[in-house]
Amino acid sequence: MTGVRIRAWVVGTSAIIVSIVVFLVPFVFVVLQSSKDPADASTLAFSWPKHWQFLANLRAVLRTNDGIIWRAFLNSAILTVTSVTLTVVLAAMTGYVLARRRSKWNALVNFFVLAGLIVPPAVVPTIWVLQKLQLFGTLPGMILIEATFGLSFSILLFRAFVGNIPRELDEAAVIDGAGPFRLFFRVVLPLLRPVVVTVIVVQSVFVFNDFAGPLYFLPGDQNATVQLTLFTFQGQNISYYNLLFMDILLITIPPLIAYIFSNRQIVAGLTSGAIKG
Amino acid sequence: MSTTRTAPPVPAAGVSTEPRVSKNRRTIRSYYPRSFFIPPIVLYVVFFAVPSVASFYFALTRWSLFDSHFIGFDNFKEFFQNPQLYTSFIHTLLYGVITSGAKVIIGFFLAVLLTGAVVGRGYLRAVVFFPVLVSTIGVGFMFKSLLDPFHGMVNAVLGFFGLPQPGWFTDPHLAIYTIAAVDVWKGVGIATLIFMAGIVAIPNEYFEAAKIDGAGGWKILREITIPLSRGPAATVIILSLIGGLRSFDIIWATTGGGPGFTSDVIASVIYKEYQAGFYGLSSAGNVILFLVVTVIMVPLSYVLNRKQVEL
Repeated sequence: MTGVRIRAWVVGTSAIIVSIVVFLVPFVFVVLQSSKDPADASTLAFSWPKHWQFLANLRAVLRTNDGIIWRAFLNSAILTVTSVTLTVVLAAMTGYVLARRRSKWNALVNFFVLAGLIVPPAVVPTIWVLQKLQLFGTLPGMILIEATFGLSFSILLFRAFVGNIPRELDEAAVIDGAGPFRLFFRVVLPLLRPVVVTVIVVQSVFVFNDFAGPLYFLPGDQNATVQLTLFTFQGQNISYYNLLFMDILLITIPPLIAYIFSNRQIVAGLTSGAIKG
Repeated sequence: MSTTRTAPPVPAAGVSTEPRVSKNRRTIRSYYPRSFFIPPIVLYVVFFAVPSVASFYFALTRWSLFDSHFIGFDNFKEFFQNPQLYTSFIHTLLYGVITSGAKVIIGFFLAVLLTGAVVGRGYLRAVVFFPVLVSTIGVGFMFKSLLDPFHGMVNAVLGFFGLPQPGWFTDPHLAIYTIAAVDVWKGVGIATLIFMAGIVAIPNEYFEAAKIDGAGGWKILREITIPLSRGPAATVIILSLIGGLRSFDIIWATTGGGPGFTSDVIASVIYKEYQAGFYGLSSAGNVILFLVVTVIMVPLSYVLNRKQVEL
């Protein structure tokens, strides 16, 4: 037994050391860089800051370009919250009917769900459609796009989960006089809470971190999302490495919070979808 | 069949005030209205299906978003004759295969490690998965600094030990592999997670029986864990290939397709042609990417899923 324990220690500690070098050092580097003055940061060295100016850098980032980062955080928040809400409600309804109602259409719907997962979105034609609808470069247009792109993955999760809810429950609700909408929103949806949480967390992280979507479909400084603000510090002036890294740190905080509070849901969601799908 | 409900399929409509109807008159089927499909179908058709189909037409045109001239297959000819463009095709395949393969192998061994008896398991799991959640662009910029050929920390360490200091992102022969490595660093957490879920699901009796029969760690790994991880492996291969073939963010953040066009993939060519105003050519890139992904993914997922069933 002690042999096993010694091995656990040896393997564990060596894994921890490797993990520190491979995974933690890069993040420590981000924190160090974001605390340096511009000249110090531009050397890119992994070193202790000569002058700690973490708060000064934070203020500088928040003031850059007339506070574009505030605007970007607001835009990203609106985009994330609304598009994820839309995805969750629509995907839950679709997954529910798909799982419950046996019909010849199901195969077709399943095919399109999978196609949505595999096929890369056609970029310029999507811009063309958005322009026709007068939605190009607007937040509502971007919200609808993100909601659409999230549908396939979410429908798969909901479909798998609804399959585990006993049908007898539906029948009981129907006998008690519930109509289709009451049945879904009052009886089934509350039971779907674990998947709802999973989809919310996974989709939120995805939408918040999405770069290509806003790059193509939401151009313009007014519409900047957080991911695009990084290029403000990269493109203009190369000597603002400290601010670039402060910005990286700032936009990492929301996913970090999401992770800390819903570690379990993320893990459950990603694996249940993967194993069943 | 009374599938047409009066209430609009808007979530805000919430609970409908349905009058109580005799239960016998409609089947339980009608309680799962098809109208629930309508809003997602509208979104899917308008923002996904129509653009996808339209790309096949616009790929054959010279296009300015306002008017288009049909030019046949000229865009595709341009794509496969211009070395700046067709190398992106090769890079896409290379990138997809390398990242997917590395994620399967590394992810599997990390999962074995993290489901076994090791010290600091919770910490290790968290730290391996965390990069998945971080902004890809942020990770790209971070590694661009860490792997800077002259000032970067990695080369400083290599120099200290007297080892060669390659230009990770600046050497034309190396750039695409460096990006692939960063991609693996960022994405291996998902692969690890999927393998972990698979390994945890293997009945404990198998391992106990093998131990009683005197099998060692390697033998158990080879005879039990690896064969029974085929399902998760199929999932990891499919997911990471789809992601890898479409990869854009990390390439754009690190090299922008450079030096020259030595790390361009189809997705970055699509963006560059779009930026340059060649919308027809950009759409042709989209069609090519679509074909690459489907031609690889459809047979592959068929084969992988069949194997899984046989098991």
